Amino acid sequence: MLPVRLSSVRPIRAVLLLPVLLAGLTVSAQTTDPRVGLRAGLTDAGSAAFGLELVANIPRPAGFTNPDDAGDFGFANTDLAFQGDRLFMGNYHGVLIYDISTPAQPALLSTIACPGGQGDVSVHGNLLFMSVEETRGRVDCGTGGVESPVSEERFRGVRIFDISNIQQPRQVASVQTCRGSHTHTLVPDLADPSNLYVYVSGTSGIRPGEELAGCAPGGPEDAGSSLFRIEVIRVPLANPERAEVIGTPRLLAGLDPAPRRQPTPETRAAMEAQVAEMRAGGRFAVVYDGEIVDVPSGMVEQVLGQIVAQRGGSGAPTAADTTTAHALFDQFVQQSSEGPSTGPDQCHDITVYPEIGLAGGACAGYGLLLDIRDPANPRRVAAAGDENFAYWHSATFSNDGRSVVFTDEWGGGGAPRCRATDRPEWGANAIFTIDGQDLDFQSYYKMPAAQSTEENCVAHNGSLVPVPGRDVMAQAWYQGGLSVFDFTDPSNPVEIAYFDRGPVSADGLTMGGYWSTYWYNGYVYGSEIARGLDVFRLVPTDHLTAAEIDAAEGVAGGTVNPQHQTRVTWTASADVARAYLDQLVRADAMEETRAQQIRAAIATPSADLAGMAGGLEQDAARADGRDASRLRDLAATLRALR
Amino acid sequence: MRLPSPVAVPLAVVAALLLVAAPAAAQRPTDADLRFVRDMIPHHQQALDMTALVRARTESRALRLLAERIETAQRDEIAWMRAWLADHDPEAAGAHDAHASHGSGHEMSGHEMHGAAHGSHGSGHAMDHADMDHAMMPGMLTPREMARLAAASGSLFEGLFLEGMIRHHEGAVGMVRDLFASPGAAQLPDLFRFASDVEADQAAEIARMRLLLADLFFSRP
Repeated sequence: MLPVRLSSVRPIRAVLLLPVLLAGLTVSAQTTDPRVGLRAGLTDAGSAAFGLELVANIPRPAGFTNPDDAGDFGFANTDLAFQGDRLFMGNYHGVLIYDISTPAQPALLSTIACPGGQGDVSVHGNLLFMSVEETRGRVDCGTGGVESPVSEERFRGVRIFDISNIQQPRQVASVQTCRGSHTHTLVPDLADPSNLYVYVSGTSGIRPGEELAGCAPGGPEDAGSSLFRIEVIRVPLANPERAEVIGTPRLLAGLDPAPRRQPTPETRAAMEAQVAEMRAGGRFAVVYDGEIVDVPSGMVEQVLGQIVAQRGGSGAPTAADTTTAHALFDQFVQQSSEGPSTGPDQCHDITVYPEIGLAGGACAGYGLLLDIRDPANPRRVAAAGDENFAYWHSATFSNDGRSVVFTDEWGGGGAPRCRATDRPEWGANAIFTIDGQDLDFQSYYKMPAAQSTEENCVAHNGSLVPVPGRDVMAQAWYQGGLSVFDFTDPSNPVEIAYFDRGPVSADGLTMGGYWSTYWYNGYVYGSEIARGLDVFRLVPTDHLTAAEIDAAEGVAGGTVNPQHQTRVTWTASADVARAYLDQLVRADAMEETRAQQIRAAIATPSADLAGMAGGLEQDAARADGRDASRLRDLAATLRALR
Repeated sequence: MRLPSPVAVPLAVVAALLLVAAPAAAQRPTDADLRFVRDMIPHHQQALDMTALVRARTESRALRLLAERIETAQRDEIAWMRAWLADHDPEAAGAHDAHASHGSGHEMSGHEMHGAAHGSHGSGHAMDHADMDHAMMPGMLTPREMARLAAASGSLFEGLFLEGMIRHHEGAVGMVRDLFASPGAAQLPDLFRFASDVEADQAAEIARMRLLLADLFFSRP
């Protein structure tokens, strides 16, 4: 007999198992990969690059590094935000602000010393936002930490700085939250530009209620619990000092198990009496999830047999053996069904894509899809589990919003999880397609080069590279380096460029590597935890042509924040047309000779591009998938060029 | 390749002088910090003792994968904790290393004892140390329970393993919470991060194990 009301658990298990069945090995060990075996060193490590060129490296400035210990986590670089010619780099000790008007020569503009970790940053207009999660964080930005477990001096939450004078950022608001702010996400209200919202993800311990009123532990359905929720801060942009928490959406409530009908104490007692009676009659039953359930007979047999064997006996079990078995089954049931919840109590990152009204919530045990059309009240619309995921960490949507890359930060980022012995589907990305309100698993992607035990390595933060016609992401893998991969076909992700250095130190694991690598206006910027700011350009290879790179470089953005996506559109240009042509040829959807004719026509002012566009549209009608859309987009580009 | 910008360096120095009042004082771990790490090593070690039993005692793919994951995490974390102790408390780190290398802890005393009772020397000997139960960390299995686990196989092993590991992990989560409740504790960023990761990772594994335990009972014919 199977229990009746496991429906709350079952669908989740089904989702969990699916990826295993589908887990094609998208990644295989490459012993010849030049990234394997690179020389260690903080400033002189060996490096390997493909399709990327490092054009600048700016070490951390004095005051933001421990000269005696490059891996001192108190000075780790963290997330990146961009605005105009400025780059903001978070650090466990504060914020570093660089002028990137000449990207190959970033220049430090100013710094904010304000320890408390992680120091993740976002920027909006004249406001800079910073996450603080650690118990050493101080309201006054001091470096001395906070001794007492309850103190008015402690700050954990989101700080807001006015940066209208970039040389002297000024803290204008600080919003305390119950678990501090591990990360945060800026969410505009497309209908109301006077307010900005901030989603706060806290992942560490809850503050005592005596320190911050209203903070308390509790279960998923407990409205007073600081767990199973995020905080929403509203920032009135005209008066940012009035920023405050206006809501605590319980996004993780009711996830798993689904709400249970709890039996009344009387019913419960009656059930237990009935179970006792069944046991007296020689049956093996337990009360599970409000139901009386028979223990499977095979399990009873095995367990009884071993109880007999463990006491050194033989033959039929005695009454005492049977009593032991009953007690064990009760114990197992208790462990499997008790506890505050079996669902996660936190989100790590929430990536918003306001133009499609969705957010991807990477929430420890689950990947969530959130409806954010009312930004003050995000609402969960889908949840996906994955047997191979240890800790859902971040989410990145494809530009068309049809797929989403979730990352698994297995081990928290401080562990070496890219060794040859670590499974390629663990600590990897999982790529899902979005089908209405369902998340459908497609594949895993893990940076494929085996790393050493001295290198902390796991999937981390990245952003899209705006190549028209393709879904490309540049992603940080800590000391596994920077990996650029294509997930245009979500079921078959392929690495197309990389950069990697050897370990920071050959003498044990020293924290380092890329926290984040983000594309911004033609360059990929990397925040290297121990080595500072790196800047890269893409260089053409078979996997990414000069035209595709030129087309990506033609996309200009004013502000780029972590966990925040805006739709990329490409202005019609010869580069964009040539990028589509290269892709069509690469995909065998167009003969090279025809592509050459079109390229020649683009370069010839008098050529009949509209006529060619007509032909391409006819081809598009006969093609499918991405090739069809490339043909259509190429046709539209050609028409726009004339 | 390193390309320092000629402009950035002087500006960086000026900015640092202007805005960084003083370099952060080198913070030192409190007794609670040191105790947490010292105690967590034998705690983690027992998880390895438990996972070492899995392969020979169950064919369950789900359980084997779980064990592999736990093993990887606890082994890496033990390495991290030993390195951390070597930096902050070389004496205690030396004691742990010594224990790890020769396995028998009879000559040890004081706080080192719990390491001895649950060292890397295989659970079969755990019964010998039944008198050391008082030194166990929260959630750890008693030597008697370890012996019982080692003698089990199939369903009984799976049930005992999951039940025991859930309890073990709950103990670790409790240790993290105790740490954060201790005055002055976890002010060092690396330890804050480590402890927070232990809490998050083990809570996720507890959830996974509860589902497996429910499956063990109810999904089989």
